[in-house]
Amino acid sequence: MIRRATVLLLLLGLGGVFSALLFGYTPDDELNRTAAYYAGQTVRDTGAANIVTAIIVTYRGLDTLGEVTVLFLSAAIVGLVLAHGARAGGARRRPIPPGELLETGSRLLTPLILLLGVHIFVNGHLTPGGGFQGGAILASATLLLLLANPMRRFSHRLIRLLESLSGLLFVLIGLLGLLLAGGFLDNRILPLGTLGELTSAGAIPLIYSLIGLKVGAEFSSMLAALAETQEP
Amino acid sequence: MTEIALATGFLLILIGLYGALTNRNLLRMIVAFSVANTGVNLVLVGVGYLRGRAAPILDATLPAAEAPARIIDPLPQALVLTAIVIGVGTTALMLAYAYRLYLTRGTLDISRLRELKW
Amino acid sequence: MSALLPAMGLLLSAAMLVAALMAVRGRRSLPISILAAGLVSLLASVQFLLLAAPDVAMTEAAIGSGLTTFLFFFILARVRHD
Repeated sequence: MIRRATVLLLLLGLGGVFSALLFGYTPDDELNRTAAYYAGQTVRDTGAANIVTAIIVTYRGLDTLGEVTVLFLSAAIVGLVLAHGARAGGARRRPIPPGELLETGSRLLTPLILLLGVHIFVNGHLTPGGGFQGGAILASATLLLLLANPMRRFSHRLIRLLESLSGLLFVLIGLLGLLLAGGFLDNRILPLGTLGELTSAGAIPLIYSLIGLKVGAEFSSMLAALAETQEP
Repeated sequence: MTEIALATGFLLILIGLYGALTNRNLLRMIVAFSVANTGVNLVLVGVGYLRGRAAPILDATLPAAEAPARIIDPLPQALVLTAIVIGVGTTALMLAYAYRLYLTRGTLDISRLRELKW
Repeated sequence: MSALLPAMGLLLSAAMLVAALMAVRGRRSLPISILAAGLVSLLASVQFLLLAAPDVAMTEAAIGSGLTTFLFFFILARVRHD
């Protein structure tokens, strides 16, 4: 009873703070200076049509490198924590084999899903979407295969190779920017091209594709690690 | 629209915290945390919204010269994109540890896990 | 048009709050809680679209709503199994 009262009191206090924030909020009419800079200079600086992509990959590219590192760490820890989770012995139930329909359906859909994922991250600098969304879609192909046949096992060597290779290339492109252009992860090592074309915006499509592959491999390894706890 | 998003986000945070503090089941607590996480993201995107402006993607109808007067703030969107991806990473970690705890102790009820209680 | 947007936003907000309450109330079964949390994320992604943030909407729909729900169900299936 005291517990519940404390919780409610805490939430009431937080609610008071939040309502003060809400009622004291006055929306801006103009962009603030940072946003106005991004809005006005993105095309000249990076040549990307999608300003959010330009911020993620170029202006704050170092943050994104940190982000994929955090994601890699959490995938690695999930794998580590669950690796000893699989118990030896136990009720080794014979799994029901997947039916013809599931087999064929998943075989038909997987290439299409992979194609959609690649399309989304290759076009990240032109349309909404990018490496993180495309990577999640790549991982959903893994998910589909796992749902169709829970006993399917993926090659960890392949996932690991894909993950570390794209991470390495990402850092190498960043270092090339340091050598050939203005700084780490500068995208002007390649020509900026004309706005709105696929091969524009310098190194942004390249970097975002590498991020997409890396994120896809990381989520896939998380899902594979979770699935492998099932059987002894 | 901003006010709606802010109010919804704040309420979602409160609901999520309430759930995380009152539930005894670890999985339910993690579900409540993910609800609160969504609320935080909604608040951040709501702050970036400006009335009657377009998404920060340039094309033929939105040339670069007009962009500062016609698009909304792109920076909160980039931050929230990061936050969502990190959010699923932390959720996966919490779930993995919860499962490990379940394997060693055979329960997900936190009132029965008393070793660190004081 | 100008009145339509806030109306849709309000409707979505109401649906999100109901789903969030379903997700955190302890009396419902756990799969329903998880699905309700996924529904909150899905509705949030529509809300992001109304807030002119298509990038965030895609991320929330693919990652926040899709992958997270499946992670929960994977763990739930393991815990239920024994």
